[in-house]
Amino acid sequence: MKQFVDVICLYQRSGQIKPLYILWEDGSRYAIDRITQIVPAASLRSGGMGLRYTCRIGSQQRYLFLEEGKWFVERMPIH
Amino acid sequence: MERVILHCDLNSFYASVEELYHPESRGKPIAVGGDVDARHGIILAKNQPAKKTGIQTGEALWQAKLKCPDLIIYKPNYPRYMLFSQRVRGIFHDYTDLIEPFGLDEAWLDVTGSGIYGTGEQIADILRQRIRSELGVTASVGVSFNKIFAKLGSDLRKPDYTTIISRDNYRQLVWPLSCGELLYVGRSSQRKLAENGIETIGQLAQASPALLRKLLGKWGEMLWSFANGYENSPVARYDSSEIVKSIGNSVTCYRDLATEQDLDIVMYVLAESVASRLRDHGFLCRLVSISLRTNDLLCFSRQMTVEPTNLASEIMKAVRELYRNNYHWEKPLRSVGVRAGKLIGEESGRQLSLFVDEQIRQKEGRLERVIDDIRSRYGFYSIRRLSTLLDQPLSSFDPKGEHVIFPESYF
Repeated sequence: MKQFVDVICLYQRSGQIKPLYILWEDGSRYAIDRITQIVPAASLRSGGMGLRYTCRIGSQQRYLFLEEGKWFVERMPIH
Repeated sequence: MERVILHCDLNSFYASVEELYHPESRGKPIAVGGDVDARHGIILAKNQPAKKTGIQTGEALWQAKLKCPDLIIYKPNYPRYMLFSQRVRGIFHDYTDLIEPFGLDEAWLDVTGSGIYGTGEQIADILRQRIRSELGVTASVGVSFNKIFAKLGSDLRKPDYTTIISRDNYRQLVWPLSCGELLYVGRSSQRKLAENGIETIGQLAQASPALLRKLLGKWGEMLWSFANGYENSPVARYDSSEIVKSIGNSVTCYRDLATEQDLDIVMYVLAESVASRLRDHGFLCRLVSISLRTNDLLCFSRQMTVEPTNLASEIMKAVRELYRNNYHWEKPLRSVGVRAGKLIGEESGRQLSLFVDEQIRQKEGRLERVIDDIRSRYGFYSIRRLSTLLDQPLSSFDPKGEHVIFPESYF
């Protein structure tokens, strides 16, 4: 599932965009502790293509995609 | 030095992009098709599961639905396909600057001088891997020593394969294939060849060039050289393919054209658009061609040379002459097109005619420019020819404004 999210970003002097927080739909706010990789990639799971940020959020690792100016995450299917 | 040419073909391009964006339909038969109501209702692309049910590109949506009732049909999203196409070219550019696009989903690359990235095969594999991971679609790549065999190679195994056609193996790989697989062998050439016992590319290669010339004219010899691997045209640099060689518009009408009046209305709209685009680019054309497609999808085109012009009225005169001489209404027409070729610059000078009143001509030129002006300010439909109002739905399309994609020609 493709879940578009609000993101608070830092626009750096170098021109890079660094996402800092992901705002979830229930109002909670997740700080991105580290970005370990930024690559162009497709998301087969949620259906999209853009820049993929590999983010460490607490102890979890999640992909955050920037696609045509919008941010989305791959929503985990509920088992 | 032996050239290393790649031909990269994005597999069922439109359908793959839609499949990526609709993960819920992945693995199910899907197709991309035009708008049923506006009668552009044909299959433009299909994915592998849809292919297995026997659906063919170009057939009507209802025919496809008969073969596969579960078929999911998506409307084409051209801006998205263009974006993907640009991204793919961006990837190509990391390895070579010699890129010749062939439509949105195919391109030739000359990687002869790209040795630091590996051999042709290695680069082909890298390209496939990157296209798969970065864009989520697949490509098949042919690697060879000329463009024709590279293209054949990319068709040989798909999706997501690299096929190498070398001087050592082309006889085994290429020669057993049917002539129809070769670029520019269409239905009628294939039939003519078959009537003379030439069914495979190998037989074509071993036929005498003189015979082929007799059968197919100068194309015959060209096909013979294709079959033998003698083709050696360079991969055009990316920028140079942007040079305009011809300007054309075509349309599939909302209903079949049954009379000369119908055809005249539609052709006039097309001729106006072509003329206006010629003026925008500062060109005169010396060739006018029309293409007609009947409702059983038989297609043909006819052309004639004209005095250099960019006037709709003069292009239309040629168009009328062409269809009156060449079409006798055996079948209603489904889609039609007008194309202006052999372009020269507007400023390059023109032989004045003794038999045409130049003053009237210049007046017409000014008139058409004023129409261009009015349209660019107030919209396409703000000023129209009275004759196009005879059948409003038929003439209500703006080929200039709606024109997005130019398929590029090989030559």
